[in-house]
Amino acid sequence: MGELIDALAIALKAGLGFQAVFLALLAIGINVQFGYAGLLNFGQIAFAMLGGYGIAISVSQWGLPFWVGVVVGLLAAVVLALLLGLPTLRLRADYLAIATIAAAEGLRLLFRSVSATPVTNGTRGLSGFNADFVAMAPWDTSRRYPILGTQWSGAELWVTTVGWVLVALSCLLIWLLVRSPWGRVVKSIREDEDAVRSLGKNVYVYKMQALVLGGVLGALGGMVYALGTASANPDQYQNANTFLAYAALILGGAARVLGPVVGAMLMFFIIQFADTGLRTLIGNGVIPEDLLSATDVAQIRFVLIGLGLMLLLVFRPQGIFGDRREVMLDAR
Amino acid sequence: MLLRLLLLTVLGGLALTLAPAAASAQTEEPAATEQVSGTLRTNVIGPVEGVEVVVTTADGDEVDTVETDENGQWAVPVPGPGQYTVTIDAEDLPEGVVLTGENTRTVTVDAGRNQGVIIALSDGSREAGGGTVRWIQLFVEGLRFGLLIAMAAVGLSLIFGTTGLTNFAHGELVTIGAMAAWFINVDGGVPLIPAALIAMVIGAGVGALNELAIWRPLRRRGTGLVAALVISIGLSLLLRYLYQIIFGGGSEAYADYRGQRAVDYGPFTMTNADLASIVIALVVLVLVAVMLQRTKIGKAMRAVADNRDLAASSGINVNRVILVVWMMGGALAALGGVLLGLSDEVQWDMGFRLLLLMFAGVTLGGLGTAYGALVGSIVVGVFVQMSTLVIPNDVKYVGGLLLLIVILIVRPQGILGSRVRVG
Repeated sequence: MGELIDALAIALKAGLGFQAVFLALLAIGINVQFGYAGLLNFGQIAFAMLGGYGIAISVSQWGLPFWVGVVVGLLAAVVLALLLGLPTLRLRADYLAIATIAAAEGLRLLFRSVSATPVTNGTRGLSGFNADFVAMAPWDTSRRYPILGTQWSGAELWVTTVGWVLVALSCLLIWLLVRSPWGRVVKSIREDEDAVRSLGKNVYVYKMQALVLGGVLGALGGMVYALGTASANPDQYQNANTFLAYAALILGGAARVLGPVVGAMLMFFIIQFADTGLRTLIGNGVIPEDLLSATDVAQIRFVLIGLGLMLLLVFRPQGIFGDRREVMLDAR
Repeated sequence: MLLRLLLLTVLGGLALTLAPAAASAQTEEPAATEQVSGTLRTNVIGPVEGVEVVVTTADGDEVDTVETDENGQWAVPVPGPGQYTVTIDAEDLPEGVVLTGENTRTVTVDAGRNQGVIIALSDGSREAGGGTVRWIQLFVEGLRFGLLIAMAAVGLSLIFGTTGLTNFAHGELVTIGAMAAWFINVDGGVPLIPAALIAMVIGAGVGALNELAIWRPLRRRGTGLVAALVISIGLSLLLRYLYQIIFGGGSEAYADYRGQRAVDYGPFTMTNADLASIVIALVVLVLVAVMLQRTKIGKAMRAVADNRDLAASSGINVNRVILVVWMMGGALAALGGVLLGLSDEVQWDMGFRLLLLMFAGVTLGGLGTAYGALVGSIVVGVFVQMSTLVIPNDVKYVGGLLLLIVILIVRPQGILGSRVRVG
């Protein structure tokens, strides 16, 4: 019983921690693109990587101040969105999907390559860039704080607080945008592009705006993650995270302001609970070692995400809060 | 694709740690502290034992002759600081191991140092630019790689053409072929060729299972194409990480045909296994083309890809055609996986890494067309290999992905696609 409560506490911490913030910001960005505008961005993690590395490279390689790093990261995300959107937004939806997934994988390979090592430090990654950020915390970051039965370091608590404030501000922005004329146009593009075009709206520009906005939100997520882990490593930004964010978005409900946030918290809670639970069961010998070893548990989470994503889309595409009529999308 | 040419490495770290101790001893006994040493090993074969190593002074006087031990290591104490020439006897190298450069190397030994000597060896398994003309060598390797991509991508393109599904789980069909053949070959002790045939049958079965268990019911439910696309990503994640649990995170080679010596064809060199995979891929692809062009089911496939409703109203059983497309795609992807595993070893995510290049090839050729996938994939394979002439080897896939984005700007319908297909 004590183990169950421990597992619940650890899972609760994961559901509230900076990883959940990271996932929530990725998912909010995807919500703008996929949920409202109907764009398939399968390379959201690339925007996050540019955000994280924007700070990491600016601060630890170029010696620039922290805020300049934030600006660099955001600008890099805007540039990537423009580069990806320019050729593909005029084409059918799956072309954007292929281009973004290729860009995400390509950028990661580029960042971890030997030739990029002078800038990105290759596979060893960068660290030691969050001192300025941690110094801004209003409390003592060197001690640990017990909250809800788990231990939080001061720095972690600060990153998480700032992260949730960012999530709240993003949600507010999305809420305002969706109620505005801009939001109505974007939603109608998702429903029927040609109809919108015939009303004299420049569909291409609206799609581009949605792509850039979503990408910037993803970059913010990447920054929170890099500051939380105090390091930036290309292999932290595996594209499986993009699909984790998709799963979170669909679980919460696409095209709903709070859908991605609730989805991300639930997702991390479930994953961490399953993780800790499985490890405990293996440790107790309830699950025999030859069936599943402790090292396999890290992979099990992705198996579960894949399975969950499939089942959700087949049986409940609208997730918890969504409206089924809003998520019956078609590529053609 | 990692270069498997592994070298005669030297225990540089060991030499460094020994240096201080040697330096302190230097004042009393300056003579015997200097030595030259090294290790002969390659990736596939491991340490190379029993190779004669001759060390001579700069004037050509022989210092000593030794043989490498069972760890491939050798060491020769030298009379003092100065230049020494190390020569290994290439005749002693085992079958399949060749020198990638000169068999001699001249080193300068500093006072009190254990000087490491690197002589590069290759097991001939894969070497970029092994031939005499580098661009021809890369072109031939690119051709082989492109044919592999083509074999896997034909199914991807036909599935898109007949059902509209952008199947992100197609790479997992490649992996399952390679993995099934590995288990049959290494654990089951069956020779690789029958193992590959069994793997193709398994691939066809998995393809059929895909269609019957997932996609046909979903089509019947009226699931949208975007939803289907995301479902295929879920399936890809599910299968990929299941593979990692079953197969482990490392890379494994097949039991047969390893460590082959590259045969010299003048401007390029190639192992027999690579040559065989080019021939197999060519024969299979020609057979596929003949089938599409001549047989009844091939014509039906093209008809369904062209216009599904018209095909159905002409009396073609569309669901049966789609099932055959899935089986054929699965079998071809599995064979592509086996050939890729033969040249690059089997890994749990090999198919996923190939998937993006398959998409590049299919997009270049024109989504939905069978011949477009062939042409586009070969171009992508050659482009990726030949791009290493100007960019480093470890970012060559990035070049392929950039090519994909450039194609989308310049000619989104691909080489053989028609403009109307693009919305």
